[in-house]
Amino acid sequence: MNKARSNPLNTAAMHVALITYTLIALFPVFVILINSFKSRKAIFRDPLALPNSESFSLIGYQTVLKQGDFFLYFQNSFLVTVGSLFFILLFGAMAAFALSEYRFKGNTLMGLYLALGIMIPIRIGTVAILDMMVATGLVNTLWALILVYTAQGLPLAVFILSEFMRGVSDDLKNAGRIDGLSEYAIFFKLALPLVRPAMATVAVFNMIPIWNDLWFPLILAPAEETKTLTLGSQVFIGQFVTNWNAVLSALSMAIIPVLVLYVIFSRQLIRGITSGAVK
Amino acid sequence: MTALTLTNVNKSFGPVHVLKDINIEINDGEFVVFVGPSGCGKSTLLRVIAGLEDASSGDVHIGEDLVNTTPPSKRGIAMVFQSYALYPHLNVRKNMSLALKQEKKSKDVIEERVSEASRMLDLSDYLDRYPSELSGGQRQRVAIGRAIVRHPKLFLFDEPLSNLDAALRMNTRIEIANLHSALSASMIYVTHDQTEAMTLADKIVVLRDGRVEQVGSPMELYNNPTNQFVAGFLGSPAMNFLRGELLGEQGDHTIGIRPEDLIVVPNGHLAVQVRHVEELGGETNVVAEVSGTPVTIRLFGQSEIRPGDTLHIDVPQERRYRFSTTGERL
Ligand SMILES: Nc1ncnc2c1ncn2[C@@H]1O[C@H](COP(=O)(O)OP(=O)(O)OP(=O)(O)O)[C@@H](O)[C@H]1O
Ligand SMILES: [Mg+2]
Repeated sequence: MNKARSNPLNTAAMHVALITYTLIALFPVFVILINSFKSRKAIFRDPLALPNSESFSLIGYQTVLKQGDFFLYFQNSFLVTVGSLFFILLFGAMAAFALSEYRFKGNTLMGLYLALGIMIPIRIGTVAILDMMVATGLVNTLWALILVYTAQGLPLAVFILSEFMRGVSDDLKNAGRIDGLSEYAIFFKLALPLVRPAMATVAVFNMIPIWNDLWFPLILAPAEETKTLTLGSQVFIGQFVTNWNAVLSALSMAIIPVLVLYVIFSRQLIRGITSGAVK
Repeated sequence: MTALTLTNVNKSFGPVHVLKDINIEINDGEFVVFVGPSGCGKSTLLRVIAGLEDASSGDVHIGEDLVNTTPPSKRGIAMVFQSYALYPHLNVRKNMSLALKQEKKSKDVIEERVSEASRMLDLSDYLDRYPSELSGGQRQRVAIGRAIVRHPKLFLFDEPLSNLDAALRMNTRIEIANLHSALSASMIYVTHDQTEAMTLADKIVVLRDGRVEQVGSPMELYNNPTNQFVAGFLGSPAMNFLRGELLGEQGDHTIGIRPEDLIVVPNGHLAVQVRHVEELGGETNVVAEVSGTPVTIRLFGQSEIRPGDTLHIDVPQERRYRFSTTGERL
């Protein structure tokens, strides 16, 4: 790896490839951002032009903010995402710890069963889930979404985290046991900090699909007071007319919280992705 | 007073029978070393004593108490691991005081014990550092300090020095010996290093395949091994084993002779071909061969012997150990 790095030709090729990829990945975001600051006419006249004094307009943002519920949607999305992530990480890490640390009958089978969910899309069960939510009275609550997303995220979380949990030194855990730490203390104080990079990876993987999801909010929580941002933005997309200014502005603002969460996790994430490879 | 008694201890991992009927008694203040080849169950035995693994059957007494079901932290033991196993997110002081905090000891007691231990181990200047900011030797001293502060009845060391380089190993070994005399606590020490075993131990327990082969003081084991395995395991270079007939003895037993007991004389009655000479300055190990069997001869001082030479050696009668075909001492 170090040899490849020191070769200037290789370095250049690597950078060209990465920069190309970055440009391709960022282009749609860039188009959304610039168009959100333009008047409707300007968007259609020349979608790729930067806003100038003539085409600059905040009408999109004004529309979105005037729709008073936008902040509520925002808050709902945020609560759902953060809540789901919290439960995915907590239960995922606990299950992973148990699976990798304790020898019990059916340990491997249990692990496989938990991992099965990776291969079966949760949307297949939508009707059954809706039935259950109706029966438990959770329809049109944020809890419905949090529970579903937690279930959706857990299999992969358990799978990834148990691999990392296995890497936590046995001696360290045993030292903790001898020092009188409870199993919970060993989990929270010794194991969790050491798998933090893996947790960040899992968090990022789960965060974006949850934040962007339209399916479950539409089915389980379409009420006005529980709408998420993605669902809320749909009001601007009509069957005949779409308020592009508003849609683009809503999308631009929706990027911000994800970006913030991403920055929080990314320091850990980079170590998470490379730690397997480098070792 | 006994510090530890193991009675018929067995341990299986599923179908794998790792410890087989272990009976050991350790007296107060004794320094006991477990030696044996890799995979013979030393660490497993130590973990059973610590309570990190449950024995499949048999009893573990620490002091007078039966501790079969006592959790590790209540057994009055402390353990030092090969990999140090320091808490990476705590500084040295907190690493050492964690166990005491768990025991709800008062601040003064904790402070006093930590400073006492860090004084003993020369760690006073490093108390606020994190493990990642320490050298290997310092980390191992912190690990030992973490054990000392608990004032345990029994110390357990699992190959504590194997990650250190040779010079540091010797220093730390001496430090552990000093600690033992200063603390007068019982210690169990696992190693597969000969020198550590011989120099530190009051008593050596030789293990093979999960069985105790022999227990005794270092010199007892060296001078009076009960079987061929123990004879070959202790001593460096290892004891030579020759077929009886090579030395003109009747029967199909094996004769063992230590490298330093072989005598090179012009009229010796065993002719050997020299294959290799290791000169260590103070001594010389000559690796020779007689009809396919390797023979190591240890000579004091330096020597003129070169590979390809033929040597004549004497194998003194009173220095011979005789072993049956099953390896038992005859
Ligand atoms: N959790 C386990 N499950 C199954 N087998 C195990 C387990 N732990 C240890 N063993 C087996 O028990 C045997 C003894 O292992 P142990 O670690 O006690 O050896 P050791 O004497 O300490 O060796 P070394 O000197 O290499 O440290 C080995 O054959 C090992 O494969
Ligand atoms: Mg071991």
